[in-house]
Amino acid sequence: MTPLLDVQSLTKSYGGRIGCSDVSFRLYPGEVLGIVGESGSGKSTLLNCLAGHLPPDAGRVIFDTRAEGPRDVLQMSEPERRMLGRTDWAFVHQNPRDGLRMRISAGGNVGERLMAVGARHYGEIREAATDWLGRVEISETRIDDRPSAFSGGMQQRLQIARNLVTGPRLVFMDEPTGGLDVSVQARLLDLIRGLVRRMGLSAIVVTHDLAVVRLLADRLMVMKDGHVIETGLTDQVLDDPQAPYTQLLVSSVLQV
Amino acid sequence: MSDYNFAYLDEQTKRMIRRAILKGVAVPGYQVPFASREMPMPYGWGTGGVQVTAACLTPEDRLKVIDQGADDTTNAVSIRKFFEKTAEVAVTERTGEATIIQTRHRIPEEALTEDQILVYQVPIPEPLRFLEPSEVETRKMHALEDYGLMHVKLYEDISRHGEIATAYAYPVKVEGRYVMDPSPIPKFDNPKLESAALQLFGAGREQRIYAVPPFTQVVSLDFDDHPFDPSKAPHPCALCGAEDSYLDEVITDDAGSRMFVCSDTDFCASRREAAA
Repeated sequence: MTPLLDVQSLTKSYGGRIGCSDVSFRLYPGEVLGIVGESGSGKSTLLNCLAGHLPPDAGRVIFDTRAEGPRDVLQMSEPERRMLGRTDWAFVHQNPRDGLRMRISAGGNVGERLMAVGARHYGEIREAATDWLGRVEISETRIDDRPSAFSGGMQQRLQIARNLVTGPRLVFMDEPTGGLDVSVQARLLDLIRGLVRRMGLSAIVVTHDLAVVRLLADRLMVMKDGHVIETGLTDQVLDDPQAPYTQLLVSSVLQV
Repeated sequence: MSDYNFAYLDEQTKRMIRRAILKGVAVPGYQVPFASREMPMPYGWGTGGVQVTAACLTPEDRLKVIDQGADDTTNAVSIRKFFEKTAEVAVTERTGEATIIQTRHRIPEEALTEDQILVYQVPIPEPLRFLEPSEVETRKMHALEDYGLMHVKLYEDISRHGEIATAYAYPVKVEGRYVMDPSPIPKFDNPKLESAALQLFGAGREQRIYAVPPFTQVVSLDFDDHPFDPSKAPHPCALCGAEDSYLDEVITDDAGSRMFVCSDTDFCASRREAAA
């Protein structure tokens, strides 16, 4: 089976400081990979390099494109990468304000990706937007409201709808539940898990919240100081951590 | 009068502007940066248009200046006087007689010919400006032909008002490539952008020049199920009776009476002359 994403020794440094160093992994279709680690461990740097937001210093990111098979994303031209970013890829930001257009209605936010890839029929765009609002449990009556009138949880769900409307195959998530209270988090996780399973999405979820990866991820990668220190199946890593830092991380979770 | 160089600007400046114009003509709809000069008028009064006109004028030209369709409003009168004084060119109010027409917010009703140049005054040349505040980003969007956002604006119009409510500065796609702001002309004038005349757009404050060469394809953006509609007030002109011209609504007293008259004063006057 061809991996959907094949990352080979990806390295990014900020001057003398290491962002992430020599990261390699493979992601297969339908698989969810969790990346955990403390703040400053290089999780977000890695995610931004993968998604093409930051140029890495070295390494290769090979994506199995629909049309041409495996291609190195970093060698693609800017228009190709942008096209990929709005069709086969999706990026869910931690702060919905970064991922949404706050001055444009919910329907417009969901429709933007469709219009960017050439949809020119208002009725069909509207229909798709209504459908997707329903799938992320936002009432149809809110379609013309701006995201600024939404609660934090709704904004995050809207951001997910906006990203999934073009039927991507790979979703990057940067702390998708950060900044939400626990009951809203639980519902959002439930929703994401349902969508990922139903659509057969592959996802890379960056988080510092071990509960999130326990629920979502098939495999886990633990990072510290820019290096990957442990990888394995999620349950295996969380229940039987090998690296001292992972043991610390797992035992630091508060039990209620 | 010999105190000024011909048409106010010095020859080097006119040369620089002509180079920008040539580039603009070569790449229809592309905004060419140019080193806009201080002009003896405030920004927003047509400093860009005046510089383009000055660079195009020859002593044999006959100039017409329009402001909102009229030849007799402040902006039109002062710019016309400016060139009478600094270039000593002939002026006219007749669309058909003019070789260069500088305009603000209108395209003349009378069809233009291959021998004419239409110069627009442009306040904000960037059609994506209110959607994307960063100039770096909008330039990248133009370069990559990344125009989905323009349709998001039209989508918002329909979702809020039931139709595309943008009535002026209606975005167009030029020759299938660049999305362009046609300056704040009413969308009624958009079909006239496909013209036999050379059309030049000058934005003084924003330091941009762009052009639509003669017989260039100009398409107003729309949705398949909400096609472009060049609407106007559903009245005939109260003075000349024209049914097909763009109308101004004029309030005639404070009891709510109003009349609709042609916005193009020359068009209206010549129709009345012909009828008399």
